[in-house]
Amino acid sequence: MNTVRKLAAVCILLFVTMGTHATEMTITLDIPRLQVAEYHRPYVAVWIARENHQVVRDLAVWYDLELRNNEGEKWLKDMRQWWRRSGRSQTMPIDGVTGATRAPGTHQLTFVSGEPPLGDLAEGDYVLWVEAAREVGGRELLSIPFTWPASGDYADSGSEELGNIRLVINAD
Amino acid sequence: MTLKKSIPLFLVVAFMGALATTAHAHRAWIQPGATVHSAEDAWVTFDAAISNDIFYTDYHAMRGNFQVIAPGGETVDVQNLHTGRFRTTFDLNLTATGTYRIANASNGLRARWEENGERRGYPGRGQAYTPEGYAQAVPENAANLEVTQFSRRIETFVTAGAPTKETLKPSGEGIELLAITHPNDLFAGEAAQFQILIDGEPAVGASVTVIPDAMRYRNAQDAIELTTDAQGKVTIDWPRAGMYYFNASYRDEQAKAPATVRTGDYTAVFEVLPL
Repeated sequence: MNTVRKLAAVCILLFVTMGTHATEMTITLDIPRLQVAEYHRPYVAVWIARENHQVVRDLAVWYDLELRNNEGEKWLKDMRQWWRRSGRSQTMPIDGVTGATRAPGTHQLTFVSGEPPLGDLAEGDYVLWVEAAREVGGRELLSIPFTWPASGDYADSGSEELGNIRLVINAD
Repeated sequence: MTLKKSIPLFLVVAFMGALATTAHAHRAWIQPGATVHSAEDAWVTFDAAISNDIFYTDYHAMRGNFQVIAPGGETVDVQNLHTGRFRTTFDLNLTATGTYRIANASNGLRARWEENGERRGYPGRGQAYTPEGYAQAVPENAANLEVTQFSRRIETFVTAGAPTKETLKPSGEGIELLAITHPNDLFAGEAAQFQILIDGEPAVGASVTVIPDAMRYRNAQDAIELTTDAQGKVTIDWPRAGMYYFNASYRDEQAKAPATVRTGDYTAVFEVLPL
């Protein structure tokens, strides 16, 4: 009886350990270098939504933090989809999510399950959204559907304000 | 000058009233510079005008009182009000988050009749209707007497942060819009539903006209003509993103005595964003 109990306890422990094993999500995104007279770094938002657009996680929001009196917030609404689905009902800045705009080039973002801002994401089908809007420039929105927490390698690419986007999920 | 003085004031009023209903559709509107705002202390500018083309200031500036209801329900003042020849402009500082309603509205009773072959009217310009004033001004057996209970409302909405519903509540007086779809959450490709109310009840069979902006750069009006259903509702499929002129006009005979005709004229400017 005791042995059976011990075995059961070990099994549960093993199962729990496996269940909490961190899944890693790596997003690689390119901000294209543009030959324009007046260049401002784009505002970029990266978030996860359910298939019905309901936002479950904001992963990154890059905007101009340098301006006086939080004036950089004035253009957050230009990331129209993000503003509608998430931004407008939040108070800026969002801890662990918002940050300064980034220069053209390749940026890699890694998120680990169980840790903010990703936290524990329930099993299911989601969409990764990436939106960029640039002052005196354009706006572009990309989406990558994915299944969580299965390992996977997904990609999409923009044509104006965003370059290649790659999403890698490593379930191990 | 002598000629001007000899024209009774009510005739001038009657003439101006007639102008507003001539075949040349003079449309009155208040257009915000932008409807969706993300800044903490955003400012919005507005144009208020009466024009033929949407939205070009080609006729007259809009006069009157601009009432602003803040997201919390309190009244706030517009700033930097200026009336030019073709438009009135003013600014609004969005100090609170939520939806603001900006309106120019009036309700009342108006009597017209004939006396010795001359058109007469009550109340005169700048005068308010009172039962006593009416009894005094209108003869008992006035010829061709027509008393109208009228209401007109010209308005628009702007939102800082997330849209709120406090300011969308109807008052139950005159012609009003009950926004089933939030007026600052409109997108091309998504249908919007609105209900038109008259004195708090559904305005059934009201004529609705919806016209997209940039009218100068096309040949046709491109007006969408609709009629409110048995619940006073209309559904609009925005053909594209842009600013829209929305007008609902209503008429029935369920007027408050001594009026026999009840009319309502409602206009709003909506911004529809691309998805």
